[in-house]
Amino acid sequence: MSERTDLNPGPGEAAAAMEPAPVVDSAKEAPATRTRRSPALVTGCVLLGLIVATALVSLFWVPYAPEDTTGGRLTAPGLPHLLGTDKLGRDLLTQLMTGARIALEAGLGAIAIGAVLGICFGLAAGFATRWLDDTLSTLLDVLIAFPTLLLAMLMVAARSASLSSAILAIGLAMTAVVARLTRILVKRVLAQDYITAARTSGTSWPRVITGHVLPNIWPTLVVNLAQQFGLAVMAEASLSFLGLGAPPPNASWGRMLQEAQATVFTAPTGVIAPGVLLVMLVVGVNLIADGLRDTLDPTRRRTR
Amino acid sequence: MNARDPRALDVNGLTIRTDQGRTLVSDLSFSINAGSRLGLVGESGSGKSLTALAVLGLLPPGMNASGSIVLREAPDAPGTEVIGATEQRLTGLRGRAATVVFQEPLTALDPLMRIGGQLAEPLRRWRGLRGPALRRAVAEALEQVRLPDPDRITRAYPHEISGGQRQRVALAMALACDPALLIADEPTTALDVTVQSEVLALLDGLVAQRGMALLFVSHDLAVVSSVTDHVLVLKDGAAVESGSVDDIVRRPQHPYTRDLVDSARHLESALERIVR
Repeated sequence: MSERTDLNPGPGEAAAAMEPAPVVDSAKEAPATRTRRSPALVTGCVLLGLIVATALVSLFWVPYAPEDTTGGRLTAPGLPHLLGTDKLGRDLLTQLMTGARIALEAGLGAIAIGAVLGICFGLAAGFATRWLDDTLSTLLDVLIAFPTLLLAMLMVAARSASLSSAILAIGLAMTAVVARLTRILVKRVLAQDYITAARTSGTSWPRVITGHVLPNIWPTLVVNLAQQFGLAVMAEASLSFLGLGAPPPNASWGRMLQEAQATVFTAPTGVIAPGVLLVMLVVGVNLIADGLRDTLDPTRRRTR
Repeated sequence: MNARDPRALDVNGLTIRTDQGRTLVSDLSFSINAGSRLGLVGESGSGKSLTALAVLGLLPPGMNASGSIVLREAPDAPGTEVIGATEQRLTGLRGRAATVVFQEPLTALDPLMRIGGQLAEPLRRWRGLRGPALRRAVAEALEQVRLPDPDRITRAYPHEISGGQRQRVALAMALACDPALLIADEPTTALDVTVQSEVLALLDGLVAQRGMALLFVSHDLAVVSSVTDHVLVLKDGAAVESGSVDDIVRRPQHPYTRDLVDSARHLESALERIVR
């Protein structure tokens, strides 16, 4: 998992960058509160929506049973198997559909762990006194330096190769990244004049935190979590590819890629289909992240 | 301490040191009576902004104040010692006893909160207003600082209005607390010269109208002398000279003060040469 703490300029910086704009003009017009719908956001939602819909449908209906191997091996796309079958004779479309569910479960699970733990640690470090902050930061640095793959292998060794082990490993690795980002954001916001200004008028700490600190770190954090979601899906596919994810017969896109790589020239659909879906999901989530960034931060909103 | 004491702010032997032991402000003493005005003049780094923050117990982490700072909400109210006071006590004091207008209004306003929301905060806290009464008070506060079209400003984000308008909003927020002492920390430095004089006149008028005490912090002796009656000149964290504006400008004693006055004169004479 790569670290992406400084990709998004925070609201403060963005505001500073906006400053030289001809303010006189905007002062005359009514401030546009309606925003143009971001094309990135729409495209991202469509891509993600397709995957989510597929996953939901797979809960109630799939063309064949996942373990059904009666269809003949490595058949080409057509009828009765729309996307053909794999080397064991299982229906590819069925596997892709259940794989969508696993990909989303992995992403959501990892994000849930990473966001909850990461934001808590980050807030604690951000507000903490010097030595507590130093201790937490060092801890986070160690966790970040620890390879996710190694963490996953340890997790699998300690528990078993399962989806939950993979989610736990990815979630823990994500915790470090999210916590570090949260800490930096909190520190940066706390150093801003408007925090001091709020305090000079007698605003209490709890009110400063809920009224000014959290709303100001939220946009950057949400955008980053959306990006992390994409990375988590990718990480789960990699772990499954290496056999550290959900074991068979669970159909994970990563494992489908691995199983199909031996027959990539005779039956390319087996590699192309899960690959395309994986890209769709990750690109979709990243587009949503971009769109959210423009929508959540009023200083970045393009006005009509 | 119940005897009537006219001093809204009484600073005695204020010394500010960093944790590393560097002295930033040393042995500074001054007082401001209710309704009167003091200018704090000095170059950047002379410790004038730190002094302003220390008055409210808001020094950045890593700095310690010693000495005595007493704030008084009203002439017959008991004074409160700021140094060593608990955070809770200070929170109750800030806003009512004294508040600050900062130099850069763009950073002093929350970029993600509409002007109306920010202005409502002190009004809710200090006057206990809610609902329609709060909305009316916000509009009134904006009219008081002569902002046109209060409806639009209320709904705007800080980056959507001009610098002068932002500083007026910041001023309105400070006044909404109805403080006994207003601390203005270079309130016009970040503004255009033309806007500067407007904001200065507005500040002058509102402070006079409400009988507030004013601590005006600036590097600009000309600006300070136009709004205050007494001046304290700071250099490297120590007071070098103090007195009435008239005395300081006409008969500066300390060489540093003379430099300040001369540099202000210099500009003026250069301007006059061009005009002729």
